[in-house]
Amino acid sequence: MTPVVPDRRGVSDAPVWRRLQPVVTFVLVVLSIGIPLWLVLVTAAKSRGEALTPDLSLPTEWHLLENLRQVWGDGEVLRASLGSLLVVVPSVIGVLLFGSMAAWILARRATRLNAVLYALAISGIVLPPAVVTVVLLLRQLGLAGSAVGMIGVYMGIYMSTVIFFVTGFVRTIPTSLEEAAQLDGASPMRVFWLVVLPLLRPVLATATILVCLYVWNDVFYAFFVIGGRLDTLPLNLFRVASAGLYLNNWHLIFAYVILMSLPLVVVFAVAQRKIISGITSGAVK
Amino acid sequence: MWFMAPAFAILLVFFFLPTLFNFVYAFTDWSGFKSAIRPVGLDNFTDLASNGTLFRSLRVTVVYAVLVALFQNAFGFGLAVLLERDTWLNRVARVFFLIPVLMSALAVGYIFQALLKPTGGLNRLLGIDYAWLGDTTWTVVVVALIHAWKWMGLSMLIYLAGLKTVPEDIVEAAHIDGASRWRTFWAVRFPLLAPAITFNVATALLGSMNGFDIAQATTGGGPARTTEILNIFIYRTFGQGLFAQATTMSLVLFLLVALMAFPVIYVLRKREEIL
Repeated sequence: MTPVVPDRRGVSDAPVWRRLQPVVTFVLVVLSIGIPLWLVLVTAAKSRGEALTPDLSLPTEWHLLENLRQVWGDGEVLRASLGSLLVVVPSVIGVLLFGSMAAWILARRATRLNAVLYALAISGIVLPPAVVTVVLLLRQLGLAGSAVGMIGVYMGIYMSTVIFFVTGFVRTIPTSLEEAAQLDGASPMRVFWLVVLPLLRPVLATATILVCLYVWNDVFYAFFVIGGRLDTLPLNLFRVASAGLYLNNWHLIFAYVILMSLPLVVVFAVAQRKIISGITSGAVK
Repeated sequence: MWFMAPAFAILLVFFFLPTLFNFVYAFTDWSGFKSAIRPVGLDNFTDLASNGTLFRSLRVTVVYAVLVALFQNAFGFGLAVLLERDTWLNRVARVFFLIPVLMSALAVGYIFQALLKPTGGLNRLLGIDYAWLGDTTWTVVVVALIHAWKWMGLSMLIYLAGLKTVPEDIVEAAHIDGASRWRTFWAVRFPLLAPAITFNVATALLGSMNGFDIAQATTGGGPARTTEILNIFIYRTFGQGLFAQATTMSLVLFLLVALMAFPVIYVLRKREEIL
């Protein structure tokens, strides 16, 4: 054993570990992710009697499609999905558009006032929203229980995150393009729309993913603002699972979970690489 | 300048005003049972403090947040180190660990409620009958583990990205200087992960202090309210029409986050600068 060339052993692994690592990985995935997902699948495929005490055994007969259909029917999944879309889509578009407009100015004009405004704008990343008094405020504005109120609340909560991400990104792109457009006589609106916004695509993709993830899955804020008036998917799941209708009907609860998770899983499957690079790019600088 | 108007209008109306209201209505007797709202001074605080709710909820929330931050980072870091190489198996494994991140936290809670029932899947597998979600001492740890399980994939991604930013020549230099693999890792690569650690610890703390779904779906705050984090208390009292009490707790959460998060972020940032 005479070291001839300094190899890159600093990063490479010992041979034993090399052989062991795939085994450890496989076992870990099966135990920590496989078991819970397996439980969802087999329970969602069981009959009512079998699913009373949910376990990991295979169903004697597969009722998966039947259960999915039943949930789709009386769980009012379609109505809840429309409710979810009605709230999620405008919230995400609004928060991204308004957030990047503000971020553009905040990043380009380094006045002392802007520094203060920026600090205020991103304080929402850390500070928790005042969830009880927002209901009172919406009542006074006549927006209580409405989709508009909910959209406003979501935009208020995630505006800080968007401004933070986009401002950081704008600072890394050169100003020359904008200046050229300005010299050609383009109005600020046109410069923003035709020059800046297209450049922001990568960071907007990241922000879209994060905001969608939070808003699509949110139940806490939705409960306060639109609970009982408008249904979203998580709110509906919460209602049916905690009310008498599905009590101990684990097969239906998990059939609902499958239906509800499908959209995000499909989106993820399609744009997996983008999502992964998107999530990580903003965090580590 | 008017480009900033919509964003700040939204922030003002839907974020800052309600926060300001928090500081007002926490000192009133606002409730669902009567229309008049009168100031009552510190009564809400003294009530909540005297029946022990205030300090129990605070303690539970802080314990929960610290546990989640610990577990989530330990799991995420371990996974990142395990799956660092870009082999196909590791890529597939990373995708699997991201599935819980995408799932609704409520769904995650229900899954684990079913899995951890006394007669549920896990006990069946282990051949015991421990009430995982019915122990007044340890259930908060179990719920924190579930929370960490849901988000560990995200921490893993951040740590993976952090590991990639460590330049190879530094690692090589350490090796040529005769450092062992173990030493190279802990003395050279680990400190360079400081930004990733800051981000992960901060988001884990914030996420768990604002947590609701997982605790609600697994235990609903029980047993004996030992997992009743602040948001569950707020949800429960709001449902009972005790709006002023819910507001008071909301204000307490606001102050807790402000008091805890800012110093933590400050300390972590300072550590980054030193390195």
